[in-house]
Amino acid sequence: MKQISVKLRPDLAVIAAHVAAGAKVLDVGCGDGTLMAALRDERGCDVRGLEIAPDNVAACVGQGLSAIQGDADTDLGLYPDAGFDYAILSQTLQTTKRPDIVLEELLRIGRRAFVSFPNFAHWRVRSDLLWRGRMPVTRLLPVAWYATPNIHHLTITDFRELVRERGICVEGAWFLAGDGLIQPALANWRAEHAVFLLARDGVNPA
Amino acid sequence: MASLFTPCSETYDLPAPLPLDGGQSLDNVRIAYETYGTLNADASNAILICHATTGDQHVASPHPITGKPGWWDKMVGAGKQIDTERFFVICPNVLGSCMGTTGPGSLAADSKPYGLRFPVITIRDMVRAHMLLLDHLGVERLYAVIGGSMGGMQALSLSVNWPDRVERVLALATTAAMPVQNIAFQEVGRQAIMADPDWQQGAYYDTGRAPDAGLAVARMAAHITYLSEATLSEKFGRRLQDRDAKSFGFGADFQVESYLRYQGSSFTGRFDANSYLYITRAMSYFDLGEERFGAGHNRRLSEAFAGVKARFCVVSFDTDWLYPTSESRKIAHAVNAAGAPVSFMELAAPFGHDSFLLDVPALDRVIGGFLSR
Repeated sequence: MKQISVKLRPDLAVIAAHVAAGAKVLDVGCGDGTLMAALRDERGCDVRGLEIAPDNVAACVGQGLSAIQGDADTDLGLYPDAGFDYAILSQTLQTTKRPDIVLEELLRIGRRAFVSFPNFAHWRVRSDLLWRGRMPVTRLLPVAWYATPNIHHLTITDFRELVRERGICVEGAWFLAGDGLIQPALANWRAEHAVFLLARDGVNPA
Repeated sequence: MASLFTPCSETYDLPAPLPLDGGQSLDNVRIAYETYGTLNADASNAILICHATTGDQHVASPHPITGKPGWWDKMVGAGKQIDTERFFVICPNVLGSCMGTTGPGSLAADSKPYGLRFPVITIRDMVRAHMLLLDHLGVERLYAVIGGSMGGMQALSLSVNWPDRVERVLALATTAAMPVQNIAFQEVGRQAIMADPDWQQGAYYDTGRAPDAGLAVARMAAHITYLSEATLSEKFGRRLQDRDAKSFGFGADFQVESYLRYQGSSFTGRFDANSYLYITRAMSYFDLGEERFGAGHNRRLSEAFAGVKARFCVVSFDTDWLYPTSESRKIAHAVNAAGAPVSFMELAAPFGHDSFLLDVPALDRVIGGFLSR
């Protein structure tokens, strides 16, 4: 795996390391453009962003990046088919109104998609629910139930089930705990978050 | 009247007739313009700023009639976001206007003012004149073109019709096709001017009379559309003007009435009524898709942007109801679908359409950032 020299959030580092150099990339929920800048500067990618917060869009513009203020739930429909090699959705799937539709849109717009999300079946989350009977507040899910933007919690098993149902092909999966990669064994217990590389069946292997 | 608008900027007389979208051509066109900063050796640091409807070339220098600072003085200058230490900034007065560039108040071949003999022009005609000025100044390729409102229309038109001549496009509070509501408001303004008996079918220049009353009403109506409900409420509310009670007459009882009357009457001292007719006409005709494919085309806006080579930044303001965010979003997604790099954001600002001219720190950051690399 090719390391990126700037310090990225662990899931972004996994994504950055596996995007082909020179690819055309759409980063949905691009934030302040950290991943976009890394992909542009270190991988020579042609990167575009979609981001809901205007301050973040302004931060992207200030770095010479191109980002459009918009909402993944409503605006992905405006992007043409197969306009990108990759569509990236990092830590955003669980905040969308219809994650399944967003997922389909990602694979319409991008030939491949990277999706990362916090795993709601991590043992610490399970233990909060089981022993304390409380909605979990953890390092990766730091906000109380009434204020969290995460409206569709999911587990690694849920996600695998959804992509199987939709006939989406998993080309890669990475699991993270304590900011490091872990082995896939018992990932649905041990992983705090997961990164998947997806493609529609019939897309040539990368 | 025409003498009020004596050019005081640099001027360039086009060496050949200017062809127009209406099919005619215009002889002896003069372009008045201001420049700031220095063009570098490889002519790679030029920025064209396109002014709005009733704006002018005095973007960062005092207005010759009102004496007020340039209309974007806060943005353009040494060390400012559009840094004249780094960039060579060009701001021409648009074709059809009255600040030194040829317009309906200029003299025709018979040494009399054109009046309504002046041909109807388009936004692209204005840009065509800008391009000839750039040739004259030795600028083949702009670092950026920047414009708000009608200036944004010019910026978009330039990017689509002269794609090799610009690297960056900054379009603020604008549209790719004049929305019907704006066409309607501008028709009110033109009718106010033409209903004024002093308008005299546009041939008022040597009569000692001018349609000041009509032009003032046009300005009052337009001025409302540049503001927001929030601005009007905060600035004036329902407060009365220098009086404790309503007069039960038709004087300017309310502060907002007094303010609009002042805006209207002061405007007549600096702007020509016929120019107002021609420029608003050009705006109402503006449709980028039609510029590219002709009237009655059935193409999508993204196709109009096919082949553009610039990087775009499109900005709207949340209180602008004249050129609302939906217009800017359409532009952004069309550019995006055409494959060109584009940023778009809606900034929060209380001032309505005029926000792009006023104090909005977030806009400063966006402009500085966009031009930085």
